[in-house]
Amino acid sequence: MYKRQALNRIVRRKPSAGAREVHAVKGVSFTAYRGEAIGLIGSNGSGKSTLLKAIAGLLPAERGKVYTDGQPSLLGVNAALMNDLTGEKNVMLGGLAMGMSREQIRERYQDIVDFSGINEKGDFITLPMRTYSSGMAARLRFSIAAAKDHDVLMIDEALATGDRAFQKRSEARIRELRKEAGTVFLVSHNNKSIRDTCDRVLWLERGELLMDGPTDEVVRAYEKETAR
Amino acid sequence: MSIVSETTHDGAVAVSAPPSPDDGLSAAELAKKYGLAVSGARPGLAEYARQLWERRHFIVAFSRAKLTAQYSQAKLGQVWQVATPLLNAVVYFFIFGVLMGAHGSMSRSTYIPFLVTGVFVFTFTQSSALAGVRAIAGNLGLVRALHFPRAALPVSFALQQLQQLLYSMIVLALLLVGFGHMPGPSWLLILPTLTLQFVFNTGLALILARMGSKTPDLAQLLPFVLRTWMYASGVMYSLADQLKKAHAPHWLIDVLGANPAAVYIDLMRFSLIDGFGANKLPPHVWALAGGWALLLGVGGFVYFWKAEERYGRG
Repeated sequence: MYKRQALNRIVRRKPSAGAREVHAVKGVSFTAYRGEAIGLIGSNGSGKSTLLKAIAGLLPAERGKVYTDGQPSLLGVNAALMNDLTGEKNVMLGGLAMGMSREQIRERYQDIVDFSGINEKGDFITLPMRTYSSGMAARLRFSIAAAKDHDVLMIDEALATGDRAFQKRSEARIRELRKEAGTVFLVSHNNKSIRDTCDRVLWLERGELLMDGPTDEVVRAYEKETAR
Repeated sequence: MSIVSETTHDGAVAVSAPPSPDDGLSAAELAKKYGLAVSGARPGLAEYARQLWERRHFIVAFSRAKLTAQYSQAKLGQVWQVATPLLNAVVYFFIFGVLMGAHGSMSRSTYIPFLVTGVFVFTFTQSSALAGVRAIAGNLGLVRALHFPRAALPVSFALQQLQQLLYSMIVLALLLVGFGHMPGPSWLLILPTLTLQFVFNTGLALILARMGSKTPDLAQLLPFVLRTWMYASGVMYSLADQLKKAHAPHWLIDVLGANPAAVYIDLMRFSLIDGFGANKLPPHVWALAGGWALLLGVGGFVYFWKAEERYGRG
């Protein structure tokens, strides 16, 4: 009997009793304007990253809609890269995955490699990525991701990895990207970087929009809440 | 650690308040007024095909990357691309050619190429199906990170299998010559056969990718379905001979002989093996080969496209 029910659910595409459906974001509604830099804050699992993916159209909402002008894109290319390929091939693959043309990638290839600093200690770009240290791999991933311009740029926290020198460079690059992009969303647990970057903040908690307003006001309320 | 630090403003800055004429408009009305589009909406079929074509370089690069990544840890590296099918053929040679010696009415020099052709050609469809069912479900990270027409994934996996098959064809050619089947003009029939089978496989991969994205359990079920399909396609024996021996009804022989795997296998045998004449082919074989390719190719593409906006949900 139980088996038949399970089969029925598979056939009829009903959510199974075993796998609960969890709504990571519920009933969030807001309007973002061109030129705004919007921060998303909230505790772990509050739905920040899910909201970001929903805005980008990558994880479509079950109910409701997201309207955008231009294609919002997440800054990040990690999922397209393969550890068994050389850095060189990964630059090409990552660029193509982000929708760049081969000519564009060739044009920017040297910039990407120079920016990552992979070749500072020898010819590492022709080695498979699995031979890189975690810092080196993270630097190359960021360099590839940051090579493309975006309409609506969405940045998930902890992007700027690597040593101090590389962090400085990547911060500067994100500033450049932000200037080119119309609207910026930033997810971060670092209130300082939210304050530095954003003029408006959405505070999410348990998937619901708790507060939406000027950075100072929202971050102060958030800090008060988390300090307790 | 500060990720982004820019001080374009000091202290509190007034948030851009919505302009008053927009007050009271719903989100949908606002979006319409300012020409916003639904994020992640499914494009029309023609536009979707165009977007997919635009990503052709990504599709090719992704399939080749997957192919090379397969053996990159091995000491012999890419030699395994040819060595794997070669070892497969050797195993079949010893089991069926030397140990069992059961080749029905065929001589050994016909049976071994007959068998290996069947195995390689069926493996092409089989592995495309297996890769297809996991194409979306196994790559959700990629689907949720970057924008591209999702059909790029199953198409890319089917293309990877085609490249794999081309390595196997090198082995097959050596084997054929070894057993005295010299290259002739009929070998040119490989091209249309492989093209049609590739279109068929791609369509199959697209269909299974959509089904597998909703019901990942299919990946567990599929190997059994495929094995049944293999026995029903005459990979290791002449299906018509076996069925006749068992006094199977005539229509059953026709139906099984018209199944796409059997059609492509028999066409390949017909092109390559001297002792495998046109009399062994089912009637209207090219119409069947083209029809299956068209049906699955077009049908699979449309079927996959219909769920395009939902693949990220997993």
